[in-house]
Amino acid sequence: MNSVMTMDEVITITNNFLVEEFEVDMASIKPDAPVKETLELDSLDYVDLVVLIDTHFGFKVQQQDFKGIVTFQDFYNFLHQRVK
Amino acid sequence: MKLRRVVITGIGAYSCIGKNVEEIKNSLYTGKSGIIYDPARKEMGYRSALTGFIERPNLQGLLHRRYRGYMAEEGEYAYIATLEALKQAKIEDSFFDTHEVGILYGNDSTANATVETNDIIRAKKDTSMAGGGAIFQCMNSTVSMILSTIFRLRGINFTISGACASGSHSIGMAYTMIRHGYQDIIICGGAQEVNAVTFASFDGIGAFSIRESDPTKASRPFDKDRDGLVPSGGGATVILETLESALSRGAPILGEVIGYGFSSNGGHISQPNVDGPSRSLNMCIQDARIQLKDIEYINAHATSTPIGDMNEAKAIHQVFGNNKPYVSSTKSMTGHECWMAGASEIVYSLIMMHNGFIAPNINMNEPDEDSAKINIATSTIDKNFDVFLSNSFGFGGTNSTLIVKKYKP
Repeated sequence: MNSVMTMDEVITITNNFLVEEFEVDMASIKPDAPVKETLELDSLDYVDLVVLIDTHFGFKVQQQDFKGIVTFQDFYNFLHQRVK
Repeated sequence: MKLRRVVITGIGAYSCIGKNVEEIKNSLYTGKSGIIYDPARKEMGYRSALTGFIERPNLQGLLHRRYRGYMAEEGEYAYIATLEALKQAKIEDSFFDTHEVGILYGNDSTANATVETNDIIRAKKDTSMAGGGAIFQCMNSTVSMILSTIFRLRGINFTISGACASGSHSIGMAYTMIRHGYQDIIICGGAQEVNAVTFASFDGIGAFSIRESDPTKASRPFDKDRDGLVPSGGGATVILETLESALSRGAPILGEVIGYGFSSNGGHISQPNVDGPSRSLNMCIQDARIQLKDIEYINAHATSTPIGDMNEAKAIHQVFGNNKPYVSSTKSMTGHECWMAGASEIVYSLIMMHNGFIAPNINMNEPDEDSAKINIATSTIDKNFDVFLSNSFGFGGTNSTLIVKKYKP
């Protein structure tokens, strides 16, 4: 989508769609908080996450790409690596 | 084995004439139509832009986002109707943890969800782009599967697809299962999506009224100048349980299901006949073990099509002869609620029975040769009655008839 997207931009976009789609408080999304538990994700929710990433960042991920992601910071790093 | 008595302890509905039982009661009494002209259908190539108008409920804050993601349009209507019915039946959330409750719900399409999902997949060329909830929206059992999940139901659980008799068959089958001792409580009903995708092919066979200049006058069952049905929908839920269970819980008893009849025409896929409905009527009356004179009101299937209404009038006349119960088709106000209709019309008739009136068959200005032989209520009639019969017929020649009686110990 954007080859010069900064980490701050990635975080803002990500947090906004997570709050919107998973209906959690923005305050609960902290860099060291666990993604799965904070968003209460089940296996089907990860499919929605694939759609959201495609929608907001314009690239496709596989569900197995989420395996190494534990915290929100891991998630931001993963996304930033793909868009920068 | 001793057959058990089956009673109704809760009703709920979300339709184009009201979003709850109270609103619907007022519409039924005043003969209010829920039909509009939808320009979007004309743009899409519809022959008729007439439809029942129903607002999608906002479930945010009421239902977890995950359930909403699994839910197709018709599931939303069914959910609202079911909440209302459970509340009336005094069944709280914790009840499902200690009692085995089943669900048999009528539904026969989930077209819009299916089309939208496949549009996304075709555009993206990636099946995962449909998201995690699409599969559950796109299955015909979408309503029973989402309601059984939300309410953690542990009894019988499936969808009944019997075209425009689906909702009626769901009540009939639940009645049969409870009566014979397989279940104590079953949530039943019918749901129907209301969108331009689901009704397009139905419009294509020329079944809809084209009286577009006067939408509220378009659905005119039994009237000499009827020219077709008006599609509509929503959700209607009926809670059925054993009399023993209802009494032990102190639940309100709104009526007793005393008869279920069914048949198949064994003929044309869309054109009804007289023999099939007559056999369904007779089977139901025999099952109910009552006399014809005891049936005081018939909620007709009559959809406002020339042949269908004619054959139903003939069947009613053939079966009832000189016994002339009041007849009205509430589809004159609601349009044809299709998969939902058999259940919603039980709800509508129960509302009438409990409030002492018979809702009018609006727009019935002049009968034809056959409708002149039956006793059609063309205006609201204030009348207490104890027994009603409800007919539902569908494509493929499926017929269902139910008889409900006011509860007497």
